[in-house]
Amino acid sequence: MSHPLMKYLREDWMPTVLCPGCGDGTVLQCMLRAVSNKNVDMNQVAIVAGIGCHARLGTGYIAADSMWTLHGRAIPIATGIKLVNPNLQVVVLTGDGDCGSIGLSHFVHAARRNIGLLTICFNNSIYGMTGGQVAPTTPKGTKTKTSPLGNLEYPLDLCSLAETAGASYVARWTTAHPKQLTTSIEKALEKKGFSFIEAVTQCPTYYGRYSLGSTRPSEILRWFQRNSVSVERSRKLGQEELAGKIVIGEFVDVQKLELAEQYRTQSRMKD
Amino acid sequence: MFMQGNEACAEAAILAGCRYFAGYPITPATEIAETLARRMPEVGGVFIQMEDEIASITSVIGASWAGAKAMTATSGPGFSLMQEGIGLAAITETPCVIVDVQRVGPCQGFATLPMQGDVMQARWGSHGDSRSNIVLAPASPQEMFELTIEAFNLAERFRTPVIVLSDEIVAHMRERVTVPAIEDLKLENRKKPSVPPEQFSFHEFSACDISPMPTLGSGYKLNILGHLRTEKGRVNIPSQDVPRLALKFLSHLADKISAGEWEARKIKTFFAEDSRTMLISYGSTSRTVESAVKEARKEGMKIGCARLITLWPFPEDQLRAILEDVDNVVVVEMNLGQVVDKVKEVVRRSVKVTHVPKMGDLHTTEELLDCLKKVVA
Repeated sequence: MSHPLMKYLREDWMPTVLCPGCGDGTVLQCMLRAVSNKNVDMNQVAIVAGIGCHARLGTGYIAADSMWTLHGRAIPIATGIKLVNPNLQVVVLTGDGDCGSIGLSHFVHAARRNIGLLTICFNNSIYGMTGGQVAPTTPKGTKTKTSPLGNLEYPLDLCSLAETAGASYVARWTTAHPKQLTTSIEKALEKKGFSFIEAVTQCPTYYGRYSLGSTRPSEILRWFQRNSVSVERSRKLGQEELAGKIVIGEFVDVQKLELAEQYRTQSRMKD
Repeated sequence: MFMQGNEACAEAAILAGCRYFAGYPITPATEIAETLARRMPEVGGVFIQMEDEIASITSVIGASWAGAKAMTATSGPGFSLMQEGIGLAAITETPCVIVDVQRVGPCQGFATLPMQGDVMQARWGSHGDSRSNIVLAPASPQEMFELTIEAFNLAERFRTPVIVLSDEIVAHMRERVTVPAIEDLKLENRKKPSVPPEQFSFHEFSACDISPMPTLGSGYKLNILGHLRTEKGRVNIPSQDVPRLALKFLSHLADKISAGEWEARKIKTFFAEDSRTMLISYGSTSRTVESAVKEARKEGMKIGCARLITLWPFPEDQLRAILEDVDNVVVVEMNLGQVVDKVKEVVRRSVKVTHVPKMGDLHTTEELLDCLKKVVA
């Protein structure tokens, strides 16, 4: 018997090219569950992905219109699509390097514009596709292939950036919280403005090995559970207590005018 | 109608059916964005000022796949930032128009004065040997108008980026522009697939076969790829198959625009028939070149000129025929020599090729006449 979500996938493309134990498949499953629960018409979905493990998984395997594009540029490509056809459900798949490094300015400006893109960021805290280099989200001290003596830089908090820039919906979960992640994606599918969901996902091949000393996905998932702090609880904790923790939950959930819709209203007012 | 070159470009884009413009302010191209910011809402189109030129060109690519004819406009430094996106447009075979209003460079150079420094960038600026850019060089506001329309037509016909390579003089000059009635315009629109999604594949590629292009959201479940692919659209390619596929695919991108003749690939000549000395130019430099030819003719010198309108793919055969019987060729361009090298490839070895560099302003008629007298003597 076929998996109930297989109808959303190109079965003949399977198996995926990702490493055994990778968390990106969990995020993909959460996405497809959300799409299924919300009865989204897949003919009206356009997926745009940048470059990275997330993009390798998120385009091609899913049976929907998809674009596998340039490193960091999925958001402006999706912006062009949404402005021309606001009726499409435009989903951006990105990674922590794609979104937080090379594509950072696009990310900030999309949140500022509040353009109706559902952006899901697969954060594995490292450059996985290129073989384990330090990322802007890699915790301080972590040894990677390009920080062999330990990362000197402070990691970037993508959710607080999205919040500051003006996104309509911002949430973070880990692959140890698939139900919550699915619920957040369901909510974001119905949001009009810019939604940003960060999915902290395990990379046993590189991040697990370098940072956590384990290539076992189950151990990394348990580590995610132990180290996650809810957004509510985090507000009661000091900086030191929060060091090395993953703050999970919904950070923003507001209604704001969306760009493509505003543009249309404004243009009509002119004729 | 009395119009500035940049305004003529913007109005032509609207007449050609452009309904998406994304750009970033840069002198001397900004008036194109300013005009379209006002005009797009009036015609039901979209204008957006993006955060940079990378975002501008990539959003244009998204807009094109969403079904709009789409354009961006910039100058040298912005054009450099766009090269990454132009590579994506090339491999995804996305119709789009890019206007590059050239200025003195590199870097800030001198933003308000002209140069023609981006001829090679327009052809070779992107990565990975993609050769599907078509490049047109207007010499007047009237041509800024006509070639912008032509650019949209060629972009749709060949599913490729088309670059209007203008410069500060053409862009800021005001001249009379004849605007044709919309019914007199020949416009090419997107070729949509005639078969239902189950029977459609847009991944097969042969030299000049240009596949119809479905729109996102029309049920075709497109897998649009910035990655090398098989004819079936698969990306998990065994490495031993890559050389064959890369050769086939890159040749397809190059050959689709150079195969056969097309009307825009043209050269305009002036007094070419009996001339043993020919001046070669393109864009705004042609303006003083033509007046220098007139002056030279008054003085009894048998001199003519040829103006390249299509720069890429380079009109080699046409130029070779024009220069068949000449002894001297003088290439006039506002750079240290870009088209001159292509001209040298085209002419017989016995022909003397002289290059007249100048940046920041047109060559004057007197400068050109002086040069001609030296060359002919």
